[in-house]
Amino acid sequence: MAGSNPNAKPMNLTLNVWRQAGRHAEGKIVEYKVKDISPEMSFLEMLDVLNEDLLHAGQDPVAFDHDCREGICGSCDLFINGRSHGPEKGTTTCQLHMRKFSDGDTITIEPWRANAFPVNKDLSVDRSAFDRIIQAGGYVSVNTGGVPDGNDITIPKEIADRAFEAATCIGCGACVAACKNASAMLFVSAKVSQLALLPQGHAERKTRVENMVAQMDKEGFGACSNIGSCAAECPVGISLENIAMLNREFLVAKATSNNLA
Amino acid sequence: MLLDSKIPEGPLAEKWEKHKFNVKLVNPANKRKYDVIVVGTGLAGSSAAASLAELGYNVKAFTYHDSPRRAHSIAAQGGINAAKNYQNDGDSVFRLFYDTIKGGDYRAREANVYRLAQVSVNIIDQCVAQGVPFAREYGGLLANRSFGGAQVSRTFYARGQTGQQLLLGAYSALSRQVAYGKVKLYTRSEMLDLVMVDGVARGIVTRNVITGEIENHAAHAVVLATGGYGNVFYLSTNAKLCNVTAAWRAHKKGAYFANPCFTQIHPTCIPVSGDYQSKLTLMSESLRNDGRVWVPNTVELAERLRKGEIKVNDIAEADRDYFLERKYPAFGNLVPRDVASRNAKQMCDEGRGVGSTGLAVYLDFAEIIQRIGADGVSQKYGNLFAMYEKITGEDPYKMPMRIYPAVHYTMGGLWVDYNLQTTIPGLYATGECNFSDHGANRLGASALMQGLADGYFVIPYTIGDYLAQTAPKPVDTQHPAFAEAKAGVQARTEQLLAIKGTRTPDQFHKALGHIMWEYCGMARNAEGLRHAKTEIQRLRKEFWSDVRVVGTGEELNQTLEKAGRVADFLELGELMVDDALARNESCGGHFREEYQTPEGEALRDDENFAYVAAWEYQGDNQPEKLNKEDLSFENVKLTQRSYK
Repeated sequence: MAGSNPNAKPMNLTLNVWRQAGRHAEGKIVEYKVKDISPEMSFLEMLDVLNEDLLHAGQDPVAFDHDCREGICGSCDLFINGRSHGPEKGTTTCQLHMRKFSDGDTITIEPWRANAFPVNKDLSVDRSAFDRIIQAGGYVSVNTGGVPDGNDITIPKEIADRAFEAATCIGCGACVAACKNASAMLFVSAKVSQLALLPQGHAERKTRVENMVAQMDKEGFGACSNIGSCAAECPVGISLENIAMLNREFLVAKATSNNLA
Repeated sequence: MLLDSKIPEGPLAEKWEKHKFNVKLVNPANKRKYDVIVVGTGLAGSSAAASLAELGYNVKAFTYHDSPRRAHSIAAQGGINAAKNYQNDGDSVFRLFYDTIKGGDYRAREANVYRLAQVSVNIIDQCVAQGVPFAREYGGLLANRSFGGAQVSRTFYARGQTGQQLLLGAYSALSRQVAYGKVKLYTRSEMLDLVMVDGVARGIVTRNVITGEIENHAAHAVVLATGGYGNVFYLSTNAKLCNVTAAWRAHKKGAYFANPCFTQIHPTCIPVSGDYQSKLTLMSESLRNDGRVWVPNTVELAERLRKGEIKVNDIAEADRDYFLERKYPAFGNLVPRDVASRNAKQMCDEGRGVGSTGLAVYLDFAEIIQRIGADGVSQKYGNLFAMYEKITGEDPYKMPMRIYPAVHYTMGGLWVDYNLQTTIPGLYATGECNFSDHGANRLGASALMQGLADGYFVIPYTIGDYLAQTAPKPVDTQHPAFAEAKAGVQARTEQLLAIKGTRTPDQFHKALGHIMWEYCGMARNAEGLRHAKTEIQRLRKEFWSDVRVVGTGEELNQTLEKAGRVADFLELGELMVDDALARNESCGGHFREEYQTPEGEALRDDENFAYVAAWEYQGDNQPEKLNKEDLSFENVKLTQRSYK
């Protein structure tokens, strides 16, 4: 082992895993034991071990979404011991390492719970509602070609930096899972803020926020009651200030826009 | 078939302009009569799908992810090159062209690379207009940084998340067209075969990974933007789902596969820590702007480090060998990736590697931290440092990172002509999926550039030329070729489920990866390659009699998906070995131990190997046929690449 703690002892763990055969099937928690888990493993590598064991035993492996395993694609989405992406702050499930757990621990693993995110199977959920919210207005309406030079419009560094911070949302849905109302306000506000801050987004500023919020409501996400668990559990640190900005943008739009819809 | 690259006549700088004028156009009213399938929604796919829809074509876009935004382009860290010369440091379209041709060790096409450099400037403008929040200077202008293989600052970036921001830009353009109804988006749909009708590409077969349903889709043209095949090595910096299946199926239907052995080993990745390791994580090349690469001066010191008798910070400055700065004073730590990787391996082979495995070198930030402070370093590389600490449990602000080379990118891919069309009429390949622009080694920050160049600024022109010569009759899936292809996919799924063997797809994948890394990785030789060929054939046979997949085909079955991908990797692996064996020279990422200079640098053989190797499928378990496209260089002089 080339890791930080070559003497760390392998762990034995009990896993309580949500199993659900399909969208309309009944689900339940099933207990599994995993042995000799290295503290250097990532959480998903620990699940790989479980799945290889299950496969060798002729059983159906646990379905879960994952891809880049470096915290940026937003695919992984596990609710671990009652928390989005588990116990470590600012970390996606794939970047959570087993050194954060101890030998003998029992770990409960569930999918995101929200009406707008129906379960596909086991721990995999359908987050296409997020795509539909972006389709409702999370863009600047420019076609390819015919745009001004990149340096024609200057943007103060602090504005560019704030837009960037908002734009780093990975669309994983941890905010929705963490919210008792299953609200998508943090996700929506991150995109609204990014484009409201940048001069390129100004032309459609009002219709964008109105349309995105309308789509959010249509998808069945809950209302925001300003508790802030979304921001506390966000793996990439999207700030609650974005929600304040969204509210401001929304009010201004409703008060002044010509959008009668 | 004679390979016709269709490079336009005329001087290099005028080829693309002339070509754009000469290609046939589809009139605006007719565009809506054509359907185009785009497979993959990364940078190359999303940008192509959005741009084609904006022009008026009906686009169907496919991804096996739950959302287009998950594509692996999202993980690109460091930046995107463009010949803007905003820094007034001597950059130009020709210099970017020259650096890319030289960086690729003179195994790429001049005309393609020049076009890439030309459109690079438009990409930045486009992304800015979409609201991509690039890094900026205090005056509000765009910021740049340096990358390997260049002596100018031409890399645009968004902290260490450039790929994410560019992909979200392309995804937003795509989403806009989905809302307009010009793109029909199929998520969780994996392409499992290409459908040909009368010798041209006419559609694809997909499997809905949630329901297991096998579906046919028809179009007038098909664009593959399905990424690279680095996961043939099992361990790589690629995302777990990245695979070669779409490209490989197209290959088996007649698309030539070019330069499969040209794979890029990235020098700065977090080293392997154990057998359970599922992937390797890249530490962006941008870190080599400020990080200094070193190992201890002596084997004895390295041994004591490995045993834990001394700590890295105990090693005196005089006992450190900054080997890249020593050997390549002109480029220092910013030599191209292949050179940096090979040197790291050489240090470890000499016994001077660090970490408990001895398969790592240091990347040290002490000097820059002293110069601009930890806060300043955090501004530049904060997310990378945090990621390193999460994975290794070590704090790179206090001790150097340990890094080791890992498979990162594949320069090889489907052979395409200047129009990005494969050897199958109506089938196009863009981005990492094709072979076209990087020769034998890709320079840093050029993958994002190529993906977006292909999608935004090349394919919208070149595909029109093909469609204009295709009748605008509606297409459907009634032709027997669709039923046949669908039946083939179904039969294969059933076959995989019926084997009920003892070994899992991952076990086979790891075994294949081990063979590839050992014999077709950073250094290759004829004897090892021949051995690898036999081993892969044996493994492939075992796979088809002993793989274990449980469950059914009519549900979300991730083991089944994996098994199908591994089966294709087991075929591709052998072709890579054949290609490496046939190329009796060293160039870029292809280092044949038999062919090196006295200083251990790659020794090219321009007389005999200045060609693109385009492999033609001949049937199951038959040796593939090698076709050669000769490369001619009229604007650069072929020289021994020197970064000293």
